[in-house]
Amino acid sequence: MKVDIRRWALAGTAALALSLGTVAADAKTFKWANSGDVSSMDPYYRNETFLTTFLENIYEPLVRRDKKLALEPGLAVKWGQTAPTTWFFDLRPGVKFHDGTPFTADDVIFSLHRASTGGSNMKGYFTSVKTVRKVSDMRVEIDTSVPDPLLAIKLATIAIMSKTWAEKNNATVAADATKNEENFATRNAMGTGPFILKDRRAGEKTILVNNPNWWDKPAHNLTEVIFTPVVNPATRVAALKAGDIDMMYEVPPQDTEGLKKDANIKVIEGPETRIVYLGFDQERNELLESNIKGKNPFKDRRVREAFYRSIDVEAIKRTVMRGQSYPTALMVAPGINGHVGELDKRPPMLKTEEAKKLLADAGYPNGFETGMDCPNDRYVNDEKICQAVVAMLARIGIKVNLLAQTRSKYFTKILRKADFGPGDTSFYMLGWSPAATYDVHNVFESLLQTPSKETKKGAFNASGYSNKKLDELADKIEVETDKAKRDAMILEATRLYTQDYAYIPLHQQAVIWASRKNIELHQPADNRFPLRFVQVK
Amino acid sequence: MLAFILRRLAQSIAVLLAVGLVAFALFHYIGDPINAMVGQDTSMQEREELREKLGLNDPAPLQFARFIVNSVQGKFGLSYRTSEPVGRMILERLPATLELAFCAAVFAMGVGVPMGVWTGLYPRHWTSRFLQAASLIGVSLPTFLIGILLIMIFAVILGLLPSFGRGNTVQLGWWTSGFFTFSGLKALILPSITLGLFQLTLIMRLVRSEMLEVMRTDYIKFARARGLSNRAVNFGHALKNTLVPVITIAGLQLGAIIAFSIVTETVFSWPGMGQLFVQSVQFADIPVMAAYLLLVAFFFVVINLVVDLLYYAVDPRLRGGMTTASARGH
Repeated sequence: MKVDIRRWALAGTAALALSLGTVAADAKTFKWANSGDVSSMDPYYRNETFLTTFLENIYEPLVRRDKKLALEPGLAVKWGQTAPTTWFFDLRPGVKFHDGTPFTADDVIFSLHRASTGGSNMKGYFTSVKTVRKVSDMRVEIDTSVPDPLLAIKLATIAIMSKTWAEKNNATVAADATKNEENFATRNAMGTGPFILKDRRAGEKTILVNNPNWWDKPAHNLTEVIFTPVVNPATRVAALKAGDIDMMYEVPPQDTEGLKKDANIKVIEGPETRIVYLGFDQERNELLESNIKGKNPFKDRRVREAFYRSIDVEAIKRTVMRGQSYPTALMVAPGINGHVGELDKRPPMLKTEEAKKLLADAGYPNGFETGMDCPNDRYVNDEKICQAVVAMLARIGIKVNLLAQTRSKYFTKILRKADFGPGDTSFYMLGWSPAATYDVHNVFESLLQTPSKETKKGAFNASGYSNKKLDELADKIEVETDKAKRDAMILEATRLYTQDYAYIPLHQQAVIWASRKNIELHQPADNRFPLRFVQVK
Repeated sequence: MLAFILRRLAQSIAVLLAVGLVAFALFHYIGDPINAMVGQDTSMQEREELREKLGLNDPAPLQFARFIVNSVQGKFGLSYRTSEPVGRMILERLPATLELAFCAAVFAMGVGVPMGVWTGLYPRHWTSRFLQAASLIGVSLPTFLIGILLIMIFAVILGLLPSFGRGNTVQLGWWTSGFFTFSGLKALILPSITLGLFQLTLIMRLVRSEMLEVMRTDYIKFARARGLSNRAVNFGHALKNTLVPVITIAGLQLGAIIAFSIVTETVFSWPGMGQLFVQSVQFADIPVMAAYLLLVAFFFVVINLVVDLLYYAVDPRLRGGMTTASARGH
């Protein structure tokens, strides 16, 4: 009897193995991992790169980005402006959602409304939008309150959802953590994209399958995609080496060298659009954390220059970043609209005596003391970079008291308060990417314009840097639709803030991914990972 | 008996309240969840509104009272991180943690007790010395390192076992089980060993020292004099009398296994409650953390109760005491 059971079990396993084997021959399963899970399947739940890039595989925007980040037709085939304050979008005919319902203007109007209300985190993209009108089933027009040259760019981040599906499942309002009931769209998805959500187990795994009825010709050859969050970096590396995953999205910098030596693995790296920079409190009349009383040394341009030109970004690149950083002189990266290449040159380093002389001229012959705030889990090697800066500034007689802490505490300390009052910092590190628009205006508006509760500009200008001329230019850049005029103003504004030493831009950190040798994929500079370009060989 | 259980339950409520209070006092130091909840472009007013809506501006005692009132009604709210109901998030991850803890405990007991008996009976045998030395590894290496070492050997170099995750699972009602698939069972091996190794060492050493002590006692000599077989002496008389402390420790350790599976779950990316807790700490996801801590406290309370009841089963002297006690109660 016993023998019989064993024989049956054997036969069963063999049959199972056989059937699996035949499936495996033509199925291309792609397994990948990241340090954290996608927080939700609701595309408006968070405005963060990982969530939007993950859901772009299921949901699609009206205009999407190609491999070089340029706009190309997505669910809209044609778009443009009929008047300075009116945009039109001609929709792609014949597109169907994953459940077979056709895609029409109603879905667009519904989605834009959902994204701009309720618990949506995407409201920021709709500040200029006045009305969204349905002209026909295949045409939508949007009226803006002021001319908005960036509207189409902004809509490249807004995924289009199915109206019928959302209404049927009571998910017409974006998911909201402050409500007491769960939103259906948190765990389910209904888009038009190249992949269909098959199974969502939050925190465990998320399975996507190929959409055979996708409107575009697929550049991928995947039949199934399995995404798993693997928190521990060492496990992620081991899983890739063992072949349990095909690709890892975030590679710990210290493991890059080791992975490069593995013949079965390739490391893909490039500069990320985020700029990591240092800022100083130029707003208060007396610094919060300094031994200088009665005045604020950072209001003096010479002090800022001495700081700027005493920090050796190349040394930081060499030692702290192990070569994986791209030093910069600007607050925007190449690839962002409005990056002025001719000004992207850092002034040469000062000799110690020269820097000390600048400080002496400003009235600080013996240097001074200042606090410094730094995250320790937000940017690559953030705390170590700050430590290096502390050492470099010590050489010119500046004593920096570094406070490095976890991001949730750090941001609360340094960011401006709800009433736009300055945050509690004197000298700090921050990173910024104009991910919303891929345009320099976002940086002017958020980081460089004078903070004001009324205009809501300068919300993340933690320094309180203020330059009237730059304010005016930025306001003009916001509504200028003539490209040549706009570029000229951008050049001027860029010159202003670099000459002011408003900030100390350090570098772009590297985006590092790793995959098995048999995987071909495309890595754009915005750290997005479109599955539609993945090939399993 | 009933009075005893009721008294313990009353005590456990006090324990749970205390844990909740300590947890809430700590949450004030983990930072502001708002910045993790919104994108970088979210305006300051919107952040402030969100903070107000979540009640984070209320004084801590009020937040605590609200949490207790809601928890008693089984309402744990929505996670700040994912907007999913906290109760269900924990319930979904509970099977993974309990199955892992169960396997680790079985491994620790199943291997630890025989090893302890062996080394206790033959303390001078070379195998005993070897086991003693080897078991030092179990207590001296951190769980994290053992996990990574096992992954390196069995997943990366030998390619025998999966490096992370739970494999395929089977849905049984709301319970997901990895016991019924080949890949699920394979996935259990490394995490169970990692999690159970420390307990194994502890149990082995405990059983050994207890055995050494018991074997010297008179009744063992008398048992031998009565001509009982080795097996009856060793297991029927000696082992049984070592069990009271072993059960205490094993019981408490089961609680520890569940609570400290955090490290093992993180290393093996095991989709259980421990991993959920770690993710929640990073996001200052207060509702999930609070519910998790209460649940773990609850487990400890229940396990302690079960341990106390087990004493009665093992130790007849206590049983006698109990009947008189309850008789007095009547």
